[in-house]
Amino acid sequence: MTLAPSTNSVDPLLQDIVGPTPGQQLRRRFFGHRGLMIGASVVAVLLVIALLAPVIAPHDPYAQDLLARMKPPVFLGGTWEHILGTDHLGRDYLSRLIYGARVSLLIGFVAALISGTIGTAMGVAAGYFGGRTDAVVTFLINVRLAMPVVLVALAVVAILGGSLQVVIGVLGLLLWDRFAVVMRASTLQVRGREYVSAAQAVGASTPRILLSEIMPNILNNLIVVITLEMAHAILLEATLSFLGLGVQPPTPSWGLMVSEGKNMMLFEPWLVLIPGAVLFVLVLAINLMGDGLRDVTAPENRS
Amino acid sequence: MLNFILKRLGLAFLVALTVSFISFSLLFLSGDPAIALAGEGATDQDVVAIRELYGFDRPMLVQYASWLVNALSGDFGESYYFKLPVSSLIADRLSVTMLLGLCGISFALLTAVPLGVIAAIRPNSIIDRFALFLSVAGQAMPSFWFGLILIVAFSIKLRWLPPSGTDSWRHFIMPTVVLGYYAMPAIMRLTRAGMLDVLSSDYIRTARAKGASEMRVMFKHALRNAIIPVVSLAAVQMGFMLGGSIVVESIFALHGAGYLAWESISRNDLPTVQALILVFSMFYITFTFLADVLNAWLDPRMRSS
Repeated sequence: MTLAPSTNSVDPLLQDIVGPTPGQQLRRRFFGHRGLMIGASVVAVLLVIALLAPVIAPHDPYAQDLLARMKPPVFLGGTWEHILGTDHLGRDYLSRLIYGARVSLLIGFVAALISGTIGTAMGVAAGYFGGRTDAVVTFLINVRLAMPVVLVALAVVAILGGSLQVVIGVLGLLLWDRFAVVMRASTLQVRGREYVSAAQAVGASTPRILLSEIMPNILNNLIVVITLEMAHAILLEATLSFLGLGVQPPTPSWGLMVSEGKNMMLFEPWLVLIPGAVLFVLVLAINLMGDGLRDVTAPENRS
Repeated sequence: MLNFILKRLGLAFLVALTVSFISFSLLFLSGDPAIALAGEGATDQDVVAIRELYGFDRPMLVQYASWLVNALSGDFGESYYFKLPVSSLIADRLSVTMLLGLCGISFALLTAVPLGVIAAIRPNSIIDRFALFLSVAGQAMPSFWFGLILIVAFSIKLRWLPPSGTDSWRHFIMPTVVLGYYAMPAIMRLTRAGMLDVLSSDYIRTARAKGASEMRVMFKHALRNAIIPVVSLAAVQMGFMLGGSIVVESIFALHGAGYLAWESISRNDLPTVQALILVFSMFYITFTFLADVLNAWLDPRMRSS
């Protein structure tokens, strides 16, 4: 590999001998994975839509027009003025969907960040120190798993009041279990490797070993869990909002839109079908991305 | 084995105790429960009276201890909203939730295990791909949305099934499907992975070599071993499902414990909420304990860990 000055200008004959660099191999696995590519593209598109919401949205998502209530979408005989129609208060449905992407992605991302920090700290500590620390962390994981998530989240949101911050905080404090389980197992695997022993032997401090020896080597698992838990948090937010104890109206949240459309489901089923379908697609895409990342980065799948 | 059971029992007890403390402390999350209970427009004297009546003026640990002692004897206090003893309220509603949970897990097992087995026997076949699609979709499907779609399709358009209520077995079909679909992906994936693992083992090769029929190899030798982890997963999923029944029960207006939880949460009826969190946790703890014991009984290697 030292013979190749840059990977692009390698002589084809030399390429046969040297083979692709690890970076090239990773890129090949990455772009060759269909599920990962589909999932990542959909997430990227929705992310751009969420970021550019004020530019893309044709109307103000909060603007009510009581004269134009429950207009059907274009494909059901509506007009291009409201492509996906309007809701029971005459608000443009497409604009609310676009702004709803912001709510979902924001909640998913920040909740996963909070729970990821808690869970990773617990899991790495348990895996590295073992003994009593491990026993305590394992016990806490058991306690957390024993509590019904939806019920506890609903109860806490009901007591503290449903705002974006409360929902994010509650989900962040509840969803750390999978991080702790996976990070504990990964740390246990890495702990006994030679480079960790070497760092211990030269007298590196514990924080240094954790941050620069352990963490980089379990990072791939962490990224996979972050994506999957993001999807989990987004689904839970929608569920809480659907049950009326999550994000409060008039905030455009997809779960809330399904809940508001529920009463008119008999005559206008699209009010329920559209926001639910978008939610389904987003969660599906994030899960595909997470599963794909696991396939691509798992060492046992490398040939 | 006895040692293992006692250890697990002790752990389960400690977990239950911790959960009970957490669900009790929910009462104090809102700040002063007496003010919350007195409601808006209450005078200071009202608040003081309520505080003394409910014993909120005692130290928190003392209150917890007395709540726990009462709870152990089945007394969870009186519901703020329904003005009935919480325990009888829950006992009335629990049978619907238990029935729903049993139907749901049966549905999940009856669909997921055959699919997983076929998918493992013929990897990459159409059925394998279909099973994978079902499980990927199942993990992303918002259960409240799935339930509403079923109502639109089978109650509103086709008029085959009733949209809500608990009067007959037909009322339970859609809730069972929605709740069961939630547990299906995990069970199917585990069955498939277990079967694939077992099918490549030496004793399967031996069984084939001695001329056992393919049916006999699959069911007598392979499935019997592959199903062990599935049984304990099903027990754990059952615990999760009872906790998740709150969504399904509120969509289909099934008046079970999940619906009661939703009602009491939206009405700030904290004694009922506390008791329900504890009851649902107990189910989960019991089911995981049973799963652990079953696993250890079937597979002696598990006993050492």
